[in-house]
Amino acid sequence: MSTTQKITLAKGLNMGLRKAMEDDDKVLLMGEDVGKLGGVFRITDGLQKDFGEDRVIDSPLAESGIVGTAVGMALRGYRPVVEIQFDGFVYPAYDQIVCQVAKYTYRSQGKVKMPIVIRIPFGGGIGAVEHHSESPEAQFAHTPGLKVVACSNPVDGYWMIQQAIAHDDPVIFLEPKRQYHADKAELDESATPEPLFTSRVVRPGSDATVLAYGPTVKTALKCAEAAEAEGRSLEVIDLRTLSPLDMAPVYESVRRTGRCVVTHEAHVNLGMGAELAARVTEQCFYSLEAPVLRVGAFDTPYPPSRIEEEYLPDLDRVLDAVDRTFAF
Amino acid sequence: MSDPVSFGPDLVDVFGPSQTDGGPELVQLLTPEGERVHHPEFDHDFSAEELRGLYRDMVLTRRIDVEATALQRHGELGIWAQLLGQEAAQIGAGRALRPQDYVFPTYREHGVAYCKGVDPLRLLGLFRGVDQGGWDPNENNFGLYTIVIGAQTLHATGYAMGMQRDGVVGTGDPERDSAVIAHFGDGASSQGDVNEAFIFAASYNAPVVFFCQNNQWAISEPIERQTRIPLYQRALGFGFPGIRVDGNDVLATYAVTKAALQRAREGNGPSFVEAYTYRMGAHTTTDDPTRYRLNDELEHWKLKDPIERLKVYLRRNGLVDQEFFDDLDAEAKELGHHLREGCKALPDPKPLDQFGYVFSEMTDEIAAQRDEFAAYLASFEGSHS
Repeated sequence: MSTTQKITLAKGLNMGLRKAMEDDDKVLLMGEDVGKLGGVFRITDGLQKDFGEDRVIDSPLAESGIVGTAVGMALRGYRPVVEIQFDGFVYPAYDQIVCQVAKYTYRSQGKVKMPIVIRIPFGGGIGAVEHHSESPEAQFAHTPGLKVVACSNPVDGYWMIQQAIAHDDPVIFLEPKRQYHADKAELDESATPEPLFTSRVVRPGSDATVLAYGPTVKTALKCAEAAEAEGRSLEVIDLRTLSPLDMAPVYESVRRTGRCVVTHEAHVNLGMGAELAARVTEQCFYSLEAPVLRVGAFDTPYPPSRIEEEYLPDLDRVLDAVDRTFAF
Repeated sequence: MSDPVSFGPDLVDVFGPSQTDGGPELVQLLTPEGERVHHPEFDHDFSAEELRGLYRDMVLTRRIDVEATALQRHGELGIWAQLLGQEAAQIGAGRALRPQDYVFPTYREHGVAYCKGVDPLRLLGLFRGVDQGGWDPNENNFGLYTIVIGAQTLHATGYAMGMQRDGVVGTGDPERDSAVIAHFGDGASSQGDVNEAFIFAASYNAPVVFFCQNNQWAISEPIERQTRIPLYQRALGFGFPGIRVDGNDVLATYAVTKAALQRAREGNGPSFVEAYTYRMGAHTTTDDPTRYRLNDELEHWKLKDPIERLKVYLRRNGLVDQEFFDDLDAEAKELGHHLREGCKALPDPKPLDQFGYVFSEMTDEIAAQRDEFAAYLASFEGSHS
């Protein structure tokens, strides 16, 4: 018998973390304010109360310390899940992530595994001060030895966090913070989830393909609705995994539609869109009716929040890019 | 003109005048002249067997270092990080460990690796360029060498936090109670990671000993560039005790480290050991210390040699005979042979080996790159015949 309930992304992640901790007592949570407070976004709400201070650990305010100690815990056989409070605070931990977490398995020729999940609330749109709205995914996807995924909805949040924790490699787990408490979705806990490192067509279409992940999936879906009203059929793919990329559904789609637009909140220059455009061009060259276009943030620092909606890709900018692919 | 502002206590009043010889706080059990002295807090009743063992360990450790340095000069190693002069610090610390204790080394801990049973030949792989650490960290409880200085102190602290959760701290069972030792140098003491490790370890009362070999030089930068107070005194500011020990005195280093580890195993938290020593060689085989330090300093420290003082003590007290030295010499020669022959026989990795072990299982993306490269390599086959 399956029961379903309507949940937010925050709730889905919270339930997923709880389930992972119930399933494996080696799973530890650590981060700033994750204990009594339940995290500044309440993602770990109630977990310290139920699993104790040894498993849900309030850390000193030092990101390198959080990730560096997680390496030691992983060597001891634990599966640490660490929370970086905001995207812009991950950089103090950059050396530990890039030089230590990402390389231990390679350096030890597979003798040591690093089953660490680094949760990062990412993206903008919440009216925050600087360093609270960034999209650092390309910096981690560029690093060999790290896997990078981004959830976009409550149901994926519930399943993907559990799959990331059960995975034996380090996973950078990106959560679109603007979506935490936004839309609700129906969760069926008895369902079988799709594998973690797979992309998925979330809306079929035939005229152009829009690639999105994390916060821009919602934008892309709205674009598809608006385009449909104008008689244009957009196929939307939620990439879900950024490293490794799951390109098969993308190639299949672009070979049908002949047009591809990528959208993300990160800067366009050397962002995920650049890699996606290169791969699509290499593999779908004779199917393309137009160059792959990218819609992302400008190559400027994240602006003051009163104008962030002029900075982030929105429905109109994505539709404008779609229009441009038809102008070729 | 107004008087200069007065602000807090004078450093000299708190820490005393700066010392160039380790100062009166230096824990010592064997003087550079080979005189056995006693310390009210840290002492140990060494048997003749133990003393001969420590001497043997230091001689063999120096042999590893000398052989590896020579192998680098002969072009067999790309680089080597020498430990000459630091044998007592490493053997004293290494022999204080129990099998269940875990070591997080820098890239210079060849003597500690030897104590933990890692075949010294394994250490050469990293420096020859055939691997990046050829040993299994969990086989010998000896982590991989860490080149980004200080990063491993956080790993050590996290590992120690894992021990706490495994219930292997403070149980009263000597076979069970465990601790971690984090090695680093005076240069790394300036790193953020090391300071964060101190804070985490103190906050969680983690069973970790921070073992700093203050060899006075961070490549070309003297200790004065890293600190204005004796390093061991920093520990108190973080909330745990610090001790300065004569790092060229294997007996004192052993006694102090043993006490620090035991304190950690008993559940009484972290501590800091500053092994006051000297880097007699270059930073690595690519360094040239004549550009930045005076020969006088080197000559001064030669008189404090860690091996000589124990040799004098053993001889003077009739604890060794010529046969002991002859046997040890033969053993050292055999070790040298093992390293020389073994090093040259270390197999080079194959071009396609670089694709392995990026992840626990190879991803399709990397497999595709490997296959493409394999096909590219194969396209040359036969073209040069």
